Amino acid sequence: MSQKLRLAVFKFASCDGCQLSLLNAEDELLALAEQVEIAHFAEASSLLGAGPFDIALVEGSITTAHDAERIQQVRQSAKTLITIGACATSGGIQALRNWGDHEEFLRIVYPRPEYIESLATSTPISAHVPVDFELQGCPVNTGQLVGILADVLHQRQIRVPNHSVCRTCKLQGVVCVAVARGVPCLGPITQAGCGALCPRFDRGCYGCFGPVVQANAESLTDWLVQREHQSPAVLVPLLRNFNAQAPAFQASGDRLAAGEMNRGDMP
Amino acid sequence: MKEPLFLPREEFPTLIARLLDQGYRVIAPTVDQGAIVYAEIQSVDSLPRGWTDEQQPGRYRLKETGNSRCFDFAVGPHSWKQFLFPPLQRISTAIKGETGWTFAVHEPEIHRYAFLGVRACELAGMRVQDRVFLERGYVDTAYEARRQASLVIAVNCAVPSANCFCTSMQTGPRCEGGYDLALTELDEGFVLEVGSAAGADVLADWDLQQASAERMAASREVSLNAARSIQKTLDTQDLRDRLMAQLEHPHWQEVGERCLSCTNCTMVCPTCFCSHVTEVSDLDQQNVERERRWDSCFHLDFSMLHGRPVRNDIRSRYRQWLTHKLATWHDQFGESGCVGCGRCITWCPVGIDLTVEVKELCRDQP
Amino acid sequence: MNVSSNNTPPVSPWTTRPLVLQSRRPETPGVETFEFAEATSGIATGALGLPGQFNMLYVPGYGEAAISLSAPADNSGRHLHTIRTVGNVTQALFRLQPGEMVGCRGPFGTGWPLEACRENEVVMIGGGIGLAPLRSLIGWFRANPTGHRVSVLLGARSPEHLLYQPEYRDWEASGIQVHCTVDRATPSWQGHVGVVLTLMDRLSLPNPRNTIVLICGPEIMMRYSALEALERGIPADRIWLSIERHMNCAVGLCGRCQWGSHLICARGPVLRYDQLVHQWNVPAL
Repeated sequence: MSQKLRLAVFKFASCDGCQLSLLNAEDELLALAEQVEIAHFAEASSLLGAGPFDIALVEGSITTAHDAERIQQVRQSAKTLITIGACATSGGIQALRNWGDHEEFLRIVYPRPEYIESLATSTPISAHVPVDFELQGCPVNTGQLVGILADVLHQRQIRVPNHSVCRTCKLQGVVCVAVARGVPCLGPITQAGCGALCPRFDRGCYGCFGPVVQANAESLTDWLVQREHQSPAVLVPLLRNFNAQAPAFQASGDRLAAGEMNRGDMP
Repeated sequence: MKEPLFLPREEFPTLIARLLDQGYRVIAPTVDQGAIVYAEIQSVDSLPRGWTDEQQPGRYRLKETGNSRCFDFAVGPHSWKQFLFPPLQRISTAIKGETGWTFAVHEPEIHRYAFLGVRACELAGMRVQDRVFLERGYVDTAYEARRQASLVIAVNCAVPSANCFCTSMQTGPRCEGGYDLALTELDEGFVLEVGSAAGADVLADWDLQQASAERMAASREVSLNAARSIQKTLDTQDLRDRLMAQLEHPHWQEVGERCLSCTNCTMVCPTCFCSHVTEVSDLDQQNVERERRWDSCFHLDFSMLHGRPVRNDIRSRYRQWLTHKLATWHDQFGESGCVGCGRCITWCPVGIDLTVEVKELCRDQP
Repeated sequence: MNVSSNNTPPVSPWTTRPLVLQSRRPETPGVETFEFAEATSGIATGALGLPGQFNMLYVPGYGEAAISLSAPADNSGRHLHTIRTVGNVTQALFRLQPGEMVGCRGPFGTGWPLEACRENEVVMIGGGIGLAPLRSLIGWFRANPTGHRVSVLLGARSPEHLLYQPEYRDWEASGIQVHCTVDRATPSWQGHVGVVLTLMDRLSLPNPRNTIVLICGPEIMMRYSALEALERGIPADRIWLSIERHMNCAVGLCGRCQWGSHLICARGPVLRYDQLVHQWNVPAL
């Protein structure tokens, strides 16, 4: 490697958990630092270098006009822009505001709402600038994060496994919590990467890694409602979660919510 | 082979003790995670005594039987393939040194397993995988070593589930060979049949009585009752040709809209053998391992060609799975890839039943 | 359980041999011919492959790629592979310098039908990089003249994409007829313009029942070339095609390269048209 790759980490509206996933890579971080110059990483160092960068990792969603401008600058400064986590990739938990009344939230929460400048929506980075790769997860998996940095380092196509959580369960011999116990589980429509953490502890998947590619959320929710007699009051919050705004989850959540309204069993 | 023997229930623990004494690791059904799974046991106390399973499409529940029999259930989410063809296998390593790469095949540790409680459909599943891994040119040497080292103790099925259709696939419910020992559970003990020299070795110097004619008849009755209780059917007459004539049937689209493409059916299937090898390397890329994992034709990447999937919708992936299992398996291996165990029906999170879909697909198109 | 593969002694299909890159020769844009040599001696003569077979070339950390043999194997322990840079592995191969090492498993798969090649007039049809696996057969014909007519029909997107152009004269000198066409001509191009199957018009096929057709190229081109051959009276079981699917294990154990009735790596890549015709027109199979 003739010259070290310059890495930057940027934060938008988020909890910092995905940046911590990078810091958690203790063993690999030292090896990484030998091959990568960590030029801008506020979570780890007060030395904030300027661009251009070879890789920009972007955490968080766009929720203010200022951030909407700042992401343009980040894009211009970076050769490869990778979003990390549910906020940056699908708007995050804060995208729940997209279903609510933003002005009302401000009035309820803040004594002086006029000081708050925020957008009415939380949107993923890809709604604002072209993104080279989206790493899903809330938070992202440390191994996958190091893996994609290694992909850039070694000039490989950036890639993580894009199968459902179910396959992860089955590879580990985990018994299906949905089939064997009737627990509502988003595993069949959720991207793997978590190691099937929840099903391993007898809980249903709540989709924190976001929808798997070509997720058939409609069929799963139909089954859960019609055959497993799950109520939309359970399923809508399950879908409207950390990846509420991810298209596959959003569509099914909205469809269920509309059905709920139609049946008149909403408060 | 020897005449069938009778193993009194109180002597059953001795069978396990003999297996352990002879250096086998005994893998058997046991209750865990709300299901009857296959795991290593040390005594008969770990068997699912008094438990049965109730199965429907997309549904599995444990239920107490109120009796003290150990094998009054059908099959669960696990199959023996996870021991013979483990879901994760390291296959080779590449280590970079001064003079370049050194390549080595990883030699896996081979355990002497005794599989206790193998059903007739599962014996059939093993034979299907034998043909894939051993009998079609290139040999999966690790599979061969595991298979050779293992002992198969079959148990004739007494309580099939509502999703079983082994009678249609002619794989059960009675075990007709392919085992080292076979048991039929009666209230007072087991009829014990010896299928191989390795099976006979387990019983060496054990003073067991021959099974009486009455018990032999009772044993046969267990299988006849099991066969009679199986409701689900699949018409296998010309099935290969009938399905291959319907590759553009509109029903593929209909089932494609229900299928989640989640891979569960292929993971629980005792014959599905698809796998994928990936690179696992350190950050410096000096120490690289190749890892083989179970894969699935429902995985979008599985048909990737030049960066694009050949089967780019769920419809075509479901069609690939079903036609491979029931039709093109014949072209490739001279038999069906389905043994009628019903796992794919039970463990489908949306209860898709291939026997129902086949009936629809073989109907004349409108 | 006593099961037997009747395979003694068992050799793991994952056994990888080291090869050393000898040289790289640019061919067309994005395509180069790599020469490798076995790094260890003792590879059995005849184990190096037949025309139409392929090797799995391995760059650790990137993976393996199935690459067809571009020259008939000889006893020198050298392999020629013409490679197009498309994916992770081939891009990694294109970053290698002579003296560097790769891994190799193979050769695998069925080759071109050499018995039929000996006894018949032969028409080879190659499109783009699809000429690479035919080149090994052309080399075989040059070393083993059959006395029958051998023709090669070549097509490419444009003249600069015509593979192995400097060699055509040598092929013709050994009695092989070479016809070229391009989809899009350049000002200096004097030759035929049009898709490769239109070259069939230039060919007289007086004995279609004593002629075999061997095709390799993009799937759509192979389909239409096969139909054209059928129309000219070549029987379906005398048309061979080299099929491309992603190969992972290369030995029929992983299922990845399935296309309908066939595991392409083990049953193919060279298959007869009559073995494919029942599934050829089903999209996304």
